[in-house]
Amino acid sequence: MPLAHLLSYAISGDPPAPNDMNIVACIKRVPATETQPRIAPDGKGMDHSTTEYMLSFYDEIALEEAIRTKEAVGGEVTALTLGPAEATKEIRDCLARGADKGCLLTDAEWYARDTRTTAKALSAQVSAIGADVVFCGRQATDRDNAAVGQMMATYLGWACVTDVIEFSLDGTKGSAMRESEHGIETYTFELPAVITCQKGLNEPRYAGLKGIMAAKKKPIEEVDPELVDNMTEVLGVELPPARPEGRIIGEGTAAIPALLEALRTEAKVF
Amino acid sequence: MSKIIVYVEQRDGTAGRASLEALGAAASLGAEVIAVVFGAGSASIALSAARTVALEGEQYSPDALAADIAAVANEEAANAVFCASTGAGRDLAPRVAALMDCPCFSDCTAVAADGESIAYTRPTLAGKLIANIKSTANAVATLRRNCFEAAEGESAVVAARPASTDFKALLVEIAEKTGGKLDVSAAPIIVSGGRGMKDPSNFKLIEDLAAAFGNAAVGASRAVVDAGWRPHSEQVGQTGKTVAPQLYFAIGISGAIQHVAGMKTSKVIVAINKDPDAAIFKLADYGIVGDAMEIVPALTEAVKGALADA
Repeated sequence: MPLAHLLSYAISGDPPAPNDMNIVACIKRVPATETQPRIAPDGKGMDHSTTEYMLSFYDEIALEEAIRTKEAVGGEVTALTLGPAEATKEIRDCLARGADKGCLLTDAEWYARDTRTTAKALSAQVSAIGADVVFCGRQATDRDNAAVGQMMATYLGWACVTDVIEFSLDGTKGSAMRESEHGIETYTFELPAVITCQKGLNEPRYAGLKGIMAAKKKPIEEVDPELVDNMTEVLGVELPPARPEGRIIGEGTAAIPALLEALRTEAKVF
Repeated sequence: MSKIIVYVEQRDGTAGRASLEALGAAASLGAEVIAVVFGAGSASIALSAARTVALEGEQYSPDALAADIAAVANEEAANAVFCASTGAGRDLAPRVAALMDCPCFSDCTAVAADGESIAYTRPTLAGKLIANIKSTANAVATLRRNCFEAAEGESAVVAARPASTDFKALLVEIAEKTGGKLDVSAAPIIVSGGRGMKDPSNFKLIEDLAAAFGNAAVGASRAVVDAGWRPHSEQVGQTGKTVAPQLYFAIGISGAIQHVAGMKTSKVIVAINKDPDAAIFKLADYGIVGDAMEIVPALTEAVKGALADA
């Protein structure tokens, strides 16, 4: 609880502000989006030996929303991840941007965990932290399942809105908008809740020098997670088939008749 | 024989195309298929399934609907639940998976019988790798559009029951898309523009070409979305939408790996770019080198003319 709330409680005898929130941002260390993957010798995964990693793109948006929520209503932000010891790098980045503390569920095999195993480990820790609201990226930019947020909420028995582009809280009542093929949908719910964050929700801040310095003193708790066995069996991974060689039809507007002819007679799509 | 529950999205008594493809995928496995539909008018819907369970309710809550779908799966002792890989399907499927305590495989592009089990093919790393996986128990999967044959037909038995009203999150409003604009994830033709369009006002040329086709959506590269020229809903690529239309136009788009990841499974790709060495030409089936400001309006007129003759 922030000091200001404790002081006001001591002076006035009023209970602490109900909105003093325990906020979690779930993040993931993923291969950089520039990665051109190679297949591991066993044919069942990606060769990680030369992979560069980054904080998953949508998780930056989740972290930003967590920090903005704290700035609006007070509370504390924990950056939570299931990852290897090296994922302290991504957690430090979150601390430098404004999270108060980090929690690493240490797992050298994090990359092999399926959606169910990951969601169970994270939701157990969310319960241990006693969170009121959890922000996740809409998907991690590695497996692209877009599943762990909803699965966590379901295991916790919480409300969940996905692909959120607008979020607001009024006490424990929440409102969130998401975009589907049909238009913009608005949902209402009561906390606790899991919100999965879509691009457009906010503009993530970068870490400043002050934040980077402050992050060095912020705590990172390392937890040995309970991990159930995967139910997913990988039969194999492969590179996508290469597209057949295309051709330059020509230059400028003179090439248009030949293009339409090719689309009609060769490709038969027009 | 396996038993598969397929959640079929319906609006005003009409099933969504992507859901009919999910029914087709389940049928292709030789499974007994049980369709689940939700909402007013769902009891009158005719689907290609052994049976249809119609959940009658007025208010939409993804958690309540997921609980209803999982309940049907449990009653039927189903091996798998399929949803279309749509905004609603991808929202629901992981919830159903957690309730069934099994994994969720999103955006699958192929399914195949694997002994008693089902093998799922799905792109990862935005399509840079293709994984073949299966579950050691049950599984919930969402199936990508345009990858499976749709199953049309009539189901013999429709069993209606009231939908759950135990809501956590509740849909209170939908602001419908205006002007009948197609979404990039559903359109058979996509006309995408990038930084080579030089100015946001020049996207009028892209919109005009899309309008000339009649069934095309406007797409955009990350660069122009980040610059605020176009809305994120139009972004194609690793941090936008992954699309596989019949015909994809990349106009003034250089072909960065993150963009390519989102569109390279399109059936036919046409690139228009003034730089003959642009990476997009290595991927495109057909390329035109030149100034998009001149080529696109002329192409729009040519398309209008060709469609008027047809």
